[in-house]
Formats: sequence, structure tokens, C-alpha cells
Amino acid sequence: MQVLFLILAAVALISGVLVVIQVNPVRSALYLILNFFTVAGIYLLAHAEFIAAIQVIVYAGAIMVLFLFVIMLLNLRQPEEGGEKQHLAQKISGAALAGVTALLVIYTCTRINLGPAKEMVPGFGSTEAVARSLFTDYLLPFEVTSVLLLVALIGAVILARARLD
Amino acid sequence: MTISIPSITLSNIGPLLTLTVAGLLLLLMDALTPKGKKGYFPYLSLIALVIAAVQTTMLWNRSGTDFARMIYVDNFAFFFYLIFLLATGLTILISIKYLEDYHRNLEEYYTLLIFATIGMMLMAAGGHLILIFLGLEILSIAIYILAGLFREDVKSNEAALKYLILGAFSSAFLLFGMAMLYGATGSLFLDDLAQAIKAGVGTNPLLLFGMGLLIVGFGFKVSSVPFHMWTPDVYEGAPTSVTAFMSVGTKAAAFAALVRIFFLVFPEIKMEWNMLLWGLAVATMTLGNVVAIAQTNIKRMLAYSSIAHAGYLLVALVAANQLGAISFLYYLVAYTLMNLGAFAIVILVARKKDDYINIYDYCGLGFQYPALAAAMSVFMFALAGIPPTAGFVGKFYVFSAAVEAGYIWLAIIGVMNSLISVFYYLRITVLMYMRPAEADLGPVTMTPAISSAVLVTAAGVLAIGVFPGPLYELALNSVKIFVGL
Repeated sequence: MQVLFLILAAVALISGVLVVIQVNPVRSALYLILNFFTVAGIYLLAHAEFIAAIQVIVYAGAIMVLFLFVIMLLNLRQPEEGGEKQHLAQKISGAALAGVTALLVIYTCTRINLGPAKEMVPGFGSTEAVARSLFTDYLLPFEVTSVLLLVALIGAVILARARLD
Repeated sequence: MTISIPSITLSNIGPLLTLTVAGLLLLLMDALTPKGKKGYFPYLSLIALVIAAVQTTMLWNRSGTDFARMIYVDNFAFFFYLIFLLATGLTILISIKYLEDYHRNLEEYYTLLIFATIGMMLMAAGGHLILIFLGLEILSIAIYILAGLFREDVKSNEAALKYLILGAFSSAFLLFGMAMLYGATGSLFLDDLAQAIKAGVGTNPLLLFGMGLLIVGFGFKVSSVPFHMWTPDVYEGAPTSVTAFMSVGTKAAAFAALVRIFFLVFPEIKMEWNMLLWGLAVATMTLGNVVAIAQTNIKRMLAYSSIAHAGYLLVALVAANQLGAISFLYYLVAYTLMNLGAFAIVILVARKKDDYINIYDYCGLGFQYPALAAAMSVFMFALAGIPPTAGFVGKFYVFSAAVEAGYIWLAIIGVMNSLISVFYYLRITVLMYMRPAEADLGPVTMTPAISSAVLVTAAGVLAIGVFPGPLYELALNSVKIFVGL
């Protein structure tokens, strides 16, 4: 299990970095799919089967198809050569900051003793268990999420609709 | 299978329900009302806000939690509800004319303001970190859109994009911090977190790491130094009425969540965070005030001034005593009134289409429009903290709280900062009364809505400055929910 987790985590991190540094947006999107799949694998290791399935269906499936459609419809130009050096200082300082943060996280992780994991409830991670908590304890956040999505929807309409008056 | 649904009292979230229904209703009516007959939409939103305010006052003195401990039902939350409703109401009043000038009087604007208010309320009342996060996202997404409302304007686009990217980044910090807290304690309920810390996980590095990340995430939203970089650009580029809303609403909401978390969850490990926040407070006050001196664009000046005010509010948080908490609430009310008032005047003086937002455009205003200049002077005096305005009383409470808690130097630095701020605030007053107008900028058109907003804010600033007693009592009543205050 541990080995599997480490492999998945490594692939997730590397593909995540590749999403950001790729110049070609289609390649970025493909690496993002890989990232979504590895994260789904990590969910599976944590016994969250339902969330893993949703991750694959919604993110790796539906959302990525939309992404790729948009990228291809927009028909983005290839960036001109020589634009690489422009942001060198930013890249270096960004990498340095990320390195410092990583060291901090590693240092923190070596200094903690995590207690034994909680006993797993039977049926944990199943669709039924997720539904049960969504409609009981997490009822309010669940409903509030609908407001959040509505706001995003209105925003998309306002910003994207044809020129006014 | 059976599901036992926890008992729910809907009236406990009455104000939230009212606003949600109002937001949906506005959207529906927008679709059904013919064009050109939508002038009453802002007033409809105002009615919804008033109903929510009445509901809130009827809930006053209830205590406890609801929805399986998800949301707090207490006076602290209600106090913030009222601040948010006031801020949104005033924003609507100052928006109407401004948006009409730009032919941007979109009905969705008011819907988004109302939904943003719901987000702010959830941040003030959330009893679970997930709910606080959802509230923050509702607020932020609404404001990303509002900041980019003027699609043809490059600056507005820049403001929206900058705020979106940096805001998403800060949300990631916040979520990462919450995950760390979950790892350290095994729960995301604020009550459980407080219990776990009392039981002795206080020195757990994971917990401290999580707390640090929370400070980063909320520090961004309240624009405290060193997370303030976005503030001037976004405030300058966004539509002025949205800037007014952001400067007051986002700040108040993020501070509400921050104060509840720090006073409820982390008081046991105060030693670990007070020096950190001390440094943030000093840096925020000083940078905000010093850089504001150099600004000639009034929107940028008010942006740096809002950074400085975030610093004063952090002083109250560092003090972490009863007076600190009270001064915090008092200061937020005062800040809401004086800042929204100042922005109302900025909108008026800018005339049509934001042409006059340089501070030298205020020259000679005192002779042309005595009432307008008098109101602006009141707001500038209040922001600088000169008696008998609310700004003075607020600063007095904040710095006495710091002295009471033993942070003498913090109070001294704060007072020195106030002195610096007097320069750039009073410069506006001097320009208005002691310099002739440089050119004829055309008439200022007042509408009843914006005039009443100016009147309410100016009267409010003076009223709670001269008679701070009732508001003090109200704030005292609200902070009693925190143990030890």
C-alpha cells in the first residue's frame, strides 16, 4: 500500500508540474488528465471509492473533454520562440520559494507523531455513506454549494454574453 | 435504510434564507420584466436587506448552534450580519447612478451583491471550516465577476484577472491550512478544534503549520502586508462602487472568520501567534500609511488607506482581550460608514465616467459644493481619527486595548501611524477649501439615492463618534460568547 501511494503521489506531483510548465496547452491538458487519474488512485487507497469514481467520471471525463474542446476551438497559436528568457527571474524565484516551502513541509512532517488511525466505520466511502452524510450532518454545506454554483453560473453568463446595449 | 435527519430550526438561518429567495426572485423577474422597466430592482434588493436586518434583530440573544453544529447562532454572528447588510445596502445606494452612467445597470449586479452578502454571513457564522470556506468562495467568486463588470475597460479586466488568480492561490493556502488542522486534530468543527487544542495538541507542529497557512489565506483577503500586492491595482481597476463594496465587505467578512477562529480555537496557544500578528500589524499599518502619501489617484490612495486600516484591526486582534474584541467590532462599523461615505463622494466627484479621480480634481470643491465638501471632510477626519468622529473613538478603543494587554510599543507605533495618515487625509480637505478649482469640471449631479447614502454615512460617523455608548454595549453583548472575554 505504502509503495503504491508513493508511486501515485510522485506521478501526481510530476504531472502537476508538467501541466504548469508545458508551452503547448493540449499537452498541459493531457498531463492534467494523468494527474486526475493518479489522484483518483490515491482516493481509492484511502477507501473513498465513491469519490474516486466521481473524480474519474466528472474531472477526467466530462471536464477534460470540455477543456480540450475549448482549446481546439480557440485554435491557439504556438508561442513565438525567444519568449522563454523573459520570465527567468520569476521562474528562479518561484522555484526557490517552492523549494523552501517543501523543506518546511518536510521538516514539519518529520517532527510529528501521527496517532493511530481511527477505526474505519463499516461501509465507509460507499455511495450510501457519502449520501447519508450529505443529507444529515453536511446538509447546510451541501445546500450552500448550490448557491456557490449559481453565482459562478451567473458570472459566466454576464462575462460571456454578447455586447450590451 | 433509514436516515435520521438532525433537528433543524429554519428561523435560525432566516436572514440567509430571505436573501437567497430575494436573489433568486430578482433573477426570475429579470427574465420576465420587459427592458426599460427594471429601475425598481435596486429598491427591491434594499427591501430584502431590510427584511433580513429585521429578522436578525429578532434573532438577537439566541445562542447555540444549528444544522448539526454547522452554523453558530449567536450575537457575534448577528452583529456581523448587521454590518454586512448595512454595507450592502449602502453599496446599492451608491451604485445606481454610477452604473446608469456607464449603461451597466445590470439586474444581475444586485443579485450578485446579495449572494456575496450570503457568503459573508456564512463566514461570520460558520461553525465548520468547510462552511467558512464555502462562504469565502461565494463572496470571492461574486467579487471576481463584479470587478470585471466593465468588460470593455482594460483596467477592469486586469483587476478581475489579478484578483481571480491571486484569490485562487490564497484559497489554496487556506484549504491546505485547513487540511493540516484536520490532520492535527481529526476534526474541522471549530468546537472540536478548540477542545483538541485544550487537551494538549497545542505544540504539534502540524497545528502550527496549519495556523500559519490560515493566516496567509485570510491575510490575503484582508489585504495585510505582505499579502497586499493586489490591492491597489484591483481597487483602481474595479468599478468604483465595487471597490467600495470590496474594501468594506471582504475585509469585514475575512476578519469575522479570523477573529472567531483565533478567539475560539487558538486562545490556548496565544504565545505562538501574537508576535507573528504583531509583526503583520506593524508592517501593514506602516506600509499602508507611508505609501498612501505618494498617491495622487484617489482610488489608489483609499486602497492604501484600507491596507492601513487592516493594520489597525490587526492590533485589536493582537491585544486579544475583551476591549480588543469590542474595539474590533466598533472599528468595523465605523470603518464601514466612513469608507463607504468616502467612496460615495469619489463617485460623485468623478462625474460621469470616472474622469476625475485625481486628488487635484478636488480643488475648490468647498466653494462650489459646500455640502459635498463638508461631508468629504467628515469622512477624511474620521479616517484620520480626529474627534468627534467615529474614527477617533475606534482608534482610541483599539490602542487602549493594546496598552491594556501590555503591547505599549504596538500602541505607540499605531498612534504614530495615525499621525502620518493625517497628512494624506487632510490634504484632500486642504485642497477642497484652500485652493481654487483648476478647471471647470462640469456639474455634479446628485440623485436621491446617493445623497441619502452620503447623509446616512456622515450622520452615522458623527453619531457613533459622539455617542459611542450604545454601540459599545452592543459589541460587548456580542463578544461575550468567547470564553474568557
